[in-house]
Amino acid sequence: MHPFLSAVIGGILIGFSVVLLMFLSGRIAGISGIVGGLLPPKLADDWRLRLAFIAGLLLSPLILKAIAGFNGIGAPTVGFAILIPAGFLIGAGSALGNGCTSGHGICGLARLSPRSAVATVTFMAAAVVTVFVMRHVI
Amino acid sequence: MSEILVGLISGFIFGLGLCLSGLADPSVVQSFLDIAGAWNPALLFVMGAGLTVTLTGYRLVFGRGRPLWSPRFNLPTSTAIDTPLISGAVIFGVGWGLAGYCPGPALVSLASGRMEVFVFVAAMVTGMIAVRWMRASPAALPTGLGQS
Repeated sequence: MHPFLSAVIGGILIGFSVVLLMFLSGRIAGISGIVGGLLPPKLADDWRLRLAFIAGLLLSPLILKAIAGFNGIGAPTVGFAILIPAGFLIGAGSALGNGCTSGHGICGLARLSPRSAVATVTFMAAAVVTVFVMRHVI
Repeated sequence: MSEILVGLISGFIFGLGLCLSGLADPSVVQSFLDIAGAWNPALLFVMGAGLTVTLTGYRLVFGRGRPLWSPRFNLPTSTAIDTPLISGAVIFGVGWGLAGYCPGPALVSLASGRMEVFVFVAAMVTGMIAVRWMRASPAALPTGLGQS
């Protein structure tokens, strides 16, 4: 499959899932928010829904692989020395900014939230600058 | 029971979308972000398609007045464009650029069984817990970061 076609199908599925969750349970499908509600200091009341969502997310590549023979998962491009601080940053940043690529970039933009628009433009710009520095400056 | 079913199904479809989108491949993500290099626009198609479906779908869903299996919509109430929002987005963006993983794709990539991904997710969860603890006791935060 052409990567652009697969990207469009992927985007449609993500959008469908986001709409389905809102239609059925009235909730935002933001991954960092869903995970955050399962973490200390306070477990969210709707932890069953959150845990089930994560379980579905974790199962999907395994089932896709079993049926279609691929799952689109690529290898890391950097070593532990970068992965560990980067992991900490996306965790801390998404918790502080109340959202990540899904919560702000899809759900928030689709609700026409100015907060999410600012967050999305900001994290995109920060990521572009970071990659520019990594690949073209250092 | 319906809660678990809703979570499983929507999480599963979301994960399938991530697998097909290219977002679970850090080299695709980083080449999308590398606008000064061999730019790969594929993720624009993900965002375009995802936003089109969500914009249309949300409009229909909100038009109903309430969700099917819940008494009301549970939406963010904050509208402030404040320091936590901006600084959080900058921190998140730097991490995203460095590794090429955002939270959903990182979780999906656990299926590869790679030690690097498990360590990345552990670091991500640690970062989330650290900020959640600080926000639960705002005295520990620099001025302005405790709100919202």
